[in-house]
Order: sequence, then C-alpha cells, then structure tokens
Amino acid sequence: MINRMGMQKAGFVLLGATTLVVVIPILLVIGYIIYEGMEALSWQFIRAAPFDGMKQGGIFPAIVGTLLLTLGTALVAIPIGVGGTVYLAEYARDTWLTRCIRLAIINLAGIPSIVYGLFGLGMFVLFLKMGTSIMAGALTLAIMTLPVIISTAEEALRAVPTEFRTVSASLGGTRWQGIRYIILPQALPGIITGIILGLLRAAGETAPILFTVAAFFLPHLPQSPFDQTMALPYHLYVISTQVPGMPDSIKYGTALVLLALVLSMNIAASIIRSYFRRRRQW
Amino acid sequence: MMSQAETSEKPQFIWTEFVIEASIRVLGFSTIGFVLLIFLFLLLEGVPVFWEVPLKNLFGTRWYPNFGYFGTLPLIFGSAFVTLTAIIIALPLGVLTAVFIREVAPEWLREILKPMVEVLAGIPSVVLGFFGMIVIAPLVRVIFNAPTGLTVFSGALVLAYMSLPTIISVAEDALDAVPKSYRDAALAMGATQWQTIWHVVVPAARSGIAMAVMLGMGRAIGETMAVMMVTGNAARMPLDLGSLFMPARTMTATIAAEMGEVARGGIHYHALFGIGIILFLLTFIINLAAALAIFRKQRRGGLR
Repeated sequence: MINRMGMQKAGFVLLGATTLVVVIPILLVIGYIIYEGMEALSWQFIRAAPFDGMKQGGIFPAIVGTLLLTLGTALVAIPIGVGGTVYLAEYARDTWLTRCIRLAIINLAGIPSIVYGLFGLGMFVLFLKMGTSIMAGALTLAIMTLPVIISTAEEALRAVPTEFRTVSASLGGTRWQGIRYIILPQALPGIITGIILGLLRAAGETAPILFTVAAFFLPHLPQSPFDQTMALPYHLYVISTQVPGMPDSIKYGTALVLLALVLSMNIAASIIRSYFRRRRQW
Repeated sequence: MMSQAETSEKPQFIWTEFVIEASIRVLGFSTIGFVLLIFLFLLLEGVPVFWEVPLKNLFGTRWYPNFGYFGTLPLIFGSAFVTLTAIIIALPLGVLTAVFIREVAPEWLREILKPMVEVLAGIPSVVLGFFGMIVIAPLVRVIFNAPTGLTVFSGALVLAYMSLPTIISVAEDALDAVPKSYRDAALAMGATQWQTIWHVVVPAARSGIAMAVMLGMGRAIGETMAVMMVTGNAARMPLDLGSLFMPARTMTATIAAEMGEVARGGIHYHALFGIGIILFLLTFIINLAAALAIFRKQRRGGLR
C-alpha cells in the first residue's frame, strides 16, 4: 500500500522524462540551426544571387522561387480547399458518397510526398505539357495541401453553432446567404489557420518539386509561370549533398532562412487561432 | 430596397446561387477525383514495367538499373527495416508523451507542449535531413564505431522524430475519447491516478493508440528527403541486425535520387513509377484501415 504512491511518482517521472526526450531534441535542432545560421545571415546573403558554383553570394532566387511557388499553391488550393470544406460541412449528408470524400481526404493526407512528385511529373509536366514549371509545381503542391486545409477549416465551420444557421434561415436568407454572410465570416480565423498550415507544408516540401519545377542553379528570377525556378528546400538539398566543397556557413544560412520562413508561418497560425478563440463570444 | 424585400419573402430561383452551389458540390467531390487521378497516372506510367521486365528480375535482390537489374527487394526491405526501427523508437516515446500531455501535465504545461509538437511537425524534412547528416550521422559513427554514420539507425532516429507528431496527436485524441466515467469509476474504487491511467485509460484507448502507431508508420514509409540524406542509399539487402549500422536504400529515396536522370518512357522510368505504385498501395491500405476505424468509432462517440 505504501508503494502505491511511490509507483505513481515513479510513473509520472517516467512519463515526464520521456516527454523531455521528445521535446529537447526539437529545441536542440532549432537552436543549433539558428546559432550556426546567424553567422551566414546578412543582407547580402538574402538579396544576392549565388555565384562561383553557388559557393559564394546569396540565395535570393531560391527565396523568391519558394515565395512564388507558395503563392501559386495558394491561388489553386484556397478556392478548392474552401469550396470542398463548405460542401463537407454545410451540404454533405452522411451518405456513402460523403464517406468516399472523407476517405479520399484521409488518403491524400497519407500519400507520400514523392508520389505526389511522380504524379506531378506524369500529369502536369508530361501529359499536360507544362514542362518543369512553377505552374506544374504549384498544382502538385496544391493537391498535397488540400487535406490540411480541409480538415482544419471543416473543424472551424462545424464549430459555428447551428443556431446561426437557423436564425439566418428564419430571417429569409437562402442557404448560400447564410454561408456567405454568417458562417464563413465566423469561421474565418479557423479557415485562415488551415490555409497557413497547408501553405507552410507546401513551402517546406522538397520531394514534390524535385521533378516538377526545381532548378539546380538559375541565377536569374523566373519570368513567367512556365519557367523553372530555384526553391529553398531543394537548394538546401542540393548544396548539402550534391556540391562538394560547399562552405558550411551557406548551408546553415539556407537552412535557417527556410526554417525561419516555416516557423513564422507556424507561429502566425497559432496566434490567429488562440487570439480568435479568446475573442469568440459563443 | 423594395424589390429585395419582395424576393426574400418568396423564395425564388436565383441563378448565381445555383451556380455557386453547383460549383461547391463539384469542389466537394474533387478530392475523390484527385486520388483517382494520382492512381491512374501511377498505373499509366508504372504498369508497363511488368511486361518489360520479367517478374523474377523485378522481385530479385539486385537493383542495378544501368545493368538491367530491377530487383526491388532490397528497396522494399530497406524501407521496411528503416520504418520498423523508427517505429520501435517512436512507439514508446510517442505514446508515453501523449499520456503525459493528456493525463498528467497541468494546463499551462500542456499549452507549451502541444505547440512544440506542432512545431516539430512543421520543420521541413530537408532541414531535419540536413541536421541528421551534419550532427547525428557523425555522432552515430563515433558512438557505434561504424565505418559510416549514414546508416539505417541514423535514418530511423530522424524518422522516429518525424513520425512523433502524428503518433502523439492521434494517441491524444484516443485518450481524449475515453469517457470521464471510466476515470471516475477507477478513482472511486481507490485506484491512484497512475493506476487509473495505466490499468483503465490506456487499455480503453488501445485501438486508437494502435491506429496512431499505424498512421505514424504510414508517415515513416513515405518520408523521402530526410531518409535519402541520412540512410546512405546503398541498395543492399539488410538481412541481419548488423545492417542496422550499415547504409540502406528505401523505395522513396530511390525514386527521388534516380528519376532526375532517367530517360522518360524508358524501362527505368517505368520501374520507378512501379515503386510509386507500391508506395501508393501501402499507404492507401494503412489509411483505409484508419478511415474505416474512424467511421466505426464515430458511432460509438469518439475515437478509441
């Protein structure tokens, strides 16, 4: 009987220690890359194009490339994702067809990123003859981000109380008017959070853009959606595995810029979520 | 204003709304279309390999595409070995952490831990791969006195952490779905909080926890960049435990590393899409099982 509380204490210590084993490496990775990357970071590094076999200069084309790709992904993924969410949350009844949609979303979320790359190559680059281009890459990334957007946004739409819909209808609003003027504005923070989380994934992915858009080295900026572009994640992969004699500082700097981009999106998403959760009056 | 009031009194057919609702329906079903399209294109580009290369070669133990050997076994074994090792590491870490976050940690600590796990999920795999190459691999080489640090073990370690966010969040949902009455009953019987967690809550959540591990495994099988950068990419059969500290090559890394250099429409190209089919089917089965479990459990109120 004395041992029961001892057991409990030991158990809790074990659980806490395991959690530390999970959490500390996360901090270590981030801290290490920030620490090592800060040295390389300069205005020049961000604003200049690479030269001398990428061993000197900056990563400007890769930064712009990733921003353009993310923008392209957003243009495709937001309408499809939000539309799909509205259908699932507001229109779909619980039929086998709706379950097929849910099954499809769960599967899209589970398909390996490299398989998206193969698909993008087969469909957009070759079959639709877009070539390796921002267009092909953004379309591939957009399909990959859909499940993230839909699952987060659907939660937000479902959290809007049913009364809101009832009241809207009782005032003579059509179903679409209710969605457009009541449900969507109320669920907006959740939808935006979902979009940011999806785009963050798109910005950081390498495998889907390997064969659909990424250029090994391209010192000038892309001129049209049908151009190739450099991109931060692919650039980090290239300089850390494919270029012998690459100075470490450039690798750390690139890793830091990519990490900072993704983490700031992550933080923005959590701030939006918690801010609006606190302000919400229902 | 007058005319607007009139239209709202008597519902009438509005063209714009009809168009909007129709397109929302189409968008709703688009996800099914995307899954089918992905599978279709994998089949189109991958199935030819089955008549271009004899089956005996395809399921052989040698992968040397330049010499006409397309044996996928080393790649399948490589993926399986790395994934299983990763799960063996991640399973206890993930489940115990989920239990800590959900059952033990006070509110303020939970508010810190949950975002941290989300941050881990957000770190790009290429960044983790870079960290693995530059920090973990040299450590593994020194500690285990291996000829190279780019080994199955290093890759599995990185992969384990990459699958943790999935395992933790799904396991947490599973624990969350255990009714409060279970806990109350155990505590009322005089069980300590620890006994309640260990003997009542965790067993009640076991199928949900099993699903968490499955989904984590699905995530690990499909991971590409980090694995490619850290496991060393030697297409050899990992047949004994010593292979843990040798390089291996996974299916995903093979596609990523070789697709850039193959002739489009050639045998090698088809073979890489063939590997894509295997990956697609594997993750499809895992996620199908997860989805069916979710549908079944929803009727019982929550995922357990």
